[in-house]
Amino acid sequence: MLIDHPLLGPRDAAEFIYLGDLSLIDRPDWQAEDAMQQFHDYGYLRDNPAGSHQELWYHEQGDRSWLVVTRDTLTHEISKVELARDVARERGRDK
Amino acid sequence: MLQAGADAEHVDAAQHRKELPFLDFDNARFPIKGGLFQRRGGTARHDAVAWGYARGADSRGVDILQHCEVTGFQMEDGRCIGVETSRGPIRAKKIAMCVAGSSSRVASMAGMRLPIESHVLQAFVSEGLKPVLPGVITFGAGHFYVSQSDKGGLVFGGDIDGYNSYAQRGNLPVVEDVCEGGMAIMPVIGRARLLRSWGGVMDMSMDGSPFIDKTHIDGLYFNGGWCYGGFKATPASGFCYAHLLATDQPHPVATQMRLDRFMTGNLIDEKGMGNQPNLH
Repeated sequence: MLIDHPLLGPRDAAEFIYLGDLSLIDRPDWQAEDAMQQFHDYGYLRDNPAGSHQELWYHEQGDRSWLVVTRDTLTHEISKVELARDVARERGRDK
Repeated sequence: MLQAGADAEHVDAAQHRKELPFLDFDNARFPIKGGLFQRRGGTARHDAVAWGYARGADSRGVDILQHCEVTGFQMEDGRCIGVETSRGPIRAKKIAMCVAGSSSRVASMAGMRLPIESHVLQAFVSEGLKPVLPGVITFGAGHFYVSQSDKGGLVFGGDIDGYNSYAQRGNLPVVEDVCEGGMAIMPVIGRARLLRSWGGVMDMSMDGSPFIDKTHIDGLYFNGGWCYGGFKATPASGFCYAHLLATDQPHPVATQMRLDRFMTGNLIDEKGMGNQPNLH
């Protein structure tokens, strides 16, 4: 399975460590009223779809960047690879 | 293991050298110092187990409907009262999910998200060999297991690939890892040809342990999250699930297997890896 790194080009998935669903990038607000429930759902519940899945991969054996990969879990076909930093910024975060 | 009631004997390397001379005892990286031996352990023919249970259930009046896909759940006043299927609706007083691999897909039809990721586990079979391997040999550091089937092929495997998958096949880096694990413990298999490989879909849970529980929806029950240890747990899992369905109380040995244990803090994290399914 090849991941087309936006800066480095196609790399074998074995160079990466897989974290999981992209939703992990949105850490809940610890001061929210229902923070306990939000952190539980954030940490322990997953959509786990059979189909298109956005996920976080860490390029441990490369440039140590985090990537957001859009991959079909039924076919392993990767349709999009972005720097996690860019995705986070699009979602209104500063990094 | 002994504390949990599973028989296990410590065996030193000298004893192993007599019975399993082909192991690489003096491997520079993984020298063998001894082992744990469970005499009762072994393999079972999985097709036969499935057919045995099917025949048993059928003879006790259970209707087994093939080619019948659940497409939804029927709800009434917050209670689950039946399923929608590709062959029509089926009403029931109690609906029990037990579809490991597809737990999230089916549970999502009831609006539920589960503490589970589906992952691929690969397995391999070599060409047929004369009897060489007694029982099952596993090697913790390499996460490798091997046994020999009646047809002579060595059946072996190791780690999951490590990413969400419903593809029922994996990738080559794991093939290499597993073969390296095999070579580290028994290089004698090095010249055997790989005949067949495949992948299954595992319910990897957040703490590596299963669930046998009611859901928050009345009338709907769940059994899943067995990771890669489901087949061997089938009789106990089925027995405990039947107990729960019949009495609405968990079986005494399964009281911890709750869906809400991450909220209450009662994780069963045997490896202490945390909520990262691909590490269990």
